[in-house]
Amino acid sequence: MITTLLYLSSGLFLGWSLGANDAANVFGTAVGSGMIKFKKAAIIASIFVILGAVVQGSGATETLGKLGSVSTLAAAFTVALSAALSVYWMTRMKLPVSTSQAIVGAIIGWNFYTNNPTDTGILIKIVTTWFAGPVLGAIFAVILFFMVKSILNNISFHILYRDAFIRSSLLIVGAFGAYSLGANNIANVMGVFTTAVKLPVINLGFIEINSTQQLFFIGGLAIAAGIITYSQHVMKTVGKTLMPLSPEAAMVVVLSQAIVLFIFSSKALSEAVQSVGLPPIPLVPVSSTQVVIGSIIGIGLYKGGKEIRYKILGSISLGWISTPVVAGLLSFFMLFFVNNVFKQDVGKEITTNPPVNKTFKDRFEQDVSNDTLLLTSYDYLKEDIAQEKENSPLNLIFLIVIPGIIVSFSILCYLYVKQKKKSVILNDKLKKITEEYELKVESFKNKIKDLENQETELDKELKFRQNEMVTMAMSIIQKNEFLNDLKKEISKIRTTVDDLDTRDKLNKLSLMISQNLALDHEREKFRMHLDEQNSKFLRRLSEKYPNLTDNDKRLIALLRLNLSSKEIASLLNISPKSVEMNRYRLRKKLKVSPKVNLTDFIRKF
Amino acid sequence: MPFLFKNVKELIFDIEQFIDTVEQGVLLFREGVINYLNNETQSFEEKVGQIARLEATADKLQRKIDDGFYRRSILPQNAGDIETMLDRIDEIMDISKDNLYQFADEKPFIPESLLQDFLRVTHISVESALSVFPAIRVFFREPLKVKEMLTKVYFYEKEADKVARSIKRKLFHDMDDLKLSQKIHLRYFTLHIETISDKAEILADMLSIMALKMSI
Repeated sequence: MITTLLYLSSGLFLGWSLGANDAANVFGTAVGSGMIKFKKAAIIASIFVILGAVVQGSGATETLGKLGSVSTLAAAFTVALSAALSVYWMTRMKLPVSTSQAIVGAIIGWNFYTNNPTDTGILIKIVTTWFAGPVLGAIFAVILFFMVKSILNNISFHILYRDAFIRSSLLIVGAFGAYSLGANNIANVMGVFTTAVKLPVINLGFIEINSTQQLFFIGGLAIAAGIITYSQHVMKTVGKTLMPLSPEAAMVVVLSQAIVLFIFSSKALSEAVQSVGLPPIPLVPVSSTQVVIGSIIGIGLYKGGKEIRYKILGSISLGWISTPVVAGLLSFFMLFFVNNVFKQDVGKEITTNPPVNKTFKDRFEQDVSNDTLLLTSYDYLKEDIAQEKENSPLNLIFLIVIPGIIVSFSILCYLYVKQKKKSVILNDKLKKITEEYELKVESFKNKIKDLENQETELDKELKFRQNEMVTMAMSIIQKNEFLNDLKKEISKIRTTVDDLDTRDKLNKLSLMISQNLALDHEREKFRMHLDEQNSKFLRRLSEKYPNLTDNDKRLIALLRLNLSSKEIASLLNISPKSVEMNRYRLRKKLKVSPKVNLTDFIRKF
Repeated sequence: MPFLFKNVKELIFDIEQFIDTVEQGVLLFREGVINYLNNETQSFEEKVGQIARLEATADKLQRKIDDGFYRRSILPQNAGDIETMLDRIDEIMDISKDNLYQFADEKPFIPESLLQDFLRVTHISVESALSVFPAIRVFFREPLKVKEMLTKVYFYEKEADKVARSIKRKLFHDMDDLKLSQKIHLRYFTLHIETISDKAEILADMLSIMALKMSI
């Protein structure tokens, strides 16, 4: 049991990495955007991945078995390990990679090593589904997105109800996505072990669990472990950076991915299709990431196709070639190592028909018995060697296929790495320029902000000072008005009084008021303030108009406060008519045309 | 699942109540100003008291809605925008209350000749705010229809500007009998009333942008 588990470890590792990475395709956007909490998503995804694996995982596994039935435990371990290492290495190299394609490559590597033929029909079927997966994903996404959009735009319900509805839908669709992921991708994790590992059937009374289902359950647990332990980080990254989708679009993407994965793993559906006379659906493990990308591209196309980065399609296509080639080569060499260094049995050629060609000895004996010996022994030997050379698959592999693959792969890798390096250098340059630019923009923004703040502060101060001046002016004006009224009243009373003493007293009172009006301390204070506040402005004005007198400057300062002639008159203790005259003179000195408002001219100066 | 919908139902109810409260506040402001202009002191004092209570209720409701959005992470992509929108709605309530308080505290002298103008600017400014509330309600149900409902807000805002400007011109050009201090005082009161329609316009701008964002 322990040995079996040890051999299963490579598959379990593959399962763990699948759970850590691919669960983000199902719940990434929901968790990343905060619609669903990670804990809830992880529990649901784990349960449904295991369910999908146990209930519906056999379909895709059978297809992989037809491609290459890895017969021994050591071989299964090596094949799964080489797939896992390929995925790990290619992910580190930032090359497009998929577990589904890696496992297919690794199985073909085993076929080559053990001299087993690769069924080209099955291989074509598998490669076709790799292509069909993203395309179908895009088609489903377009249809579903159109439907969801029409429903949401035509039905009037509160956006909070809409949010709750989408939240629940994301949970349900996510559960379906996890089920389909388990059903379709368990073949990648445990498919190669099904022939080599035979576990006793467990009878639970109401249900019997066979060896394959037990293996799938263990694989499902490994995927669940990947989801729980490591997918949170990936989900948050996917949700916020790689897939900035709206919750509605995210729901559509997950649903279309789930449908595609379900289609390529459901035996019942395939049989149903067959029953109506259509060709059966190939049950093949497909890359959930590539289907998701296809679905996103579908939505992008529906929206007009402006935001799509078509480069990503090239990257997927490159993954279809590079992943199986890398995994196949690695599997081939690792099997060679395991077989020859560790002396482990990695499987034999599975022959269904007896060999057609007879050896030299057989033919010689046959010819002798039939009395038809015509050729010399040398001729027989020569003929046999030539035929053996011609028929030997190993020779064919080593002489044509393997060097061809190596050369083409090397060229591919070289071109890709070169391109990658170029893009890395360009990206670095762009990053630096962007960072510098952003820093500059930031510093300019800060400077502008500081200046704006300073300006606001100065404006505030200016307004405050002006208000202060206006208040002061108003109080002086009111006081002066009051005193003038008082003076008038006293004059009126004086005309009605006959008593000389009283008249004299009233005269004195009137004189006191006049003196107060002429020598007002407050007014002097106000003048000082006015001069102080407007010093810079007046200096500027004097530079341009050197013939301005002190009285002119004072009038300008008061006009700058937007005071009327009447108010100015009160402040300066002169008549409004005099103010008007002074204004006229000032206008002349400043050379302001009669059409222009004098106050506006001064305020704008 | 029903638990989730129950929470949502509660939150929707709170939002509706919040909008209703602010709407009532704006209506109270209008009535209060009319009372003041008609010298109906007792009714005016009652309105001041009522608007203060409504403002407190609106504040409480806003805090509850804030809490609901963040605690249950509802509409994570739009919650920030909706919170800002609720702030803007609350600003209308605050300004209505502050303005009525200013009438009560400063007791501005409004000359007979300006009474009609003040009534008009109050009516138009309040009408602008009242036109934005149906758009807010529609935003929560059919964001695409918001834009067509905002035309009235912009129209009334412009009208309020015109009337306010005409009051200021009258004050500073035709009413020499008034002191400058009185003119400035009345100028500020015109500005206070006009601010309600300005705030409604800001809210309308925000609503149209949010509706656009929701429809993408």
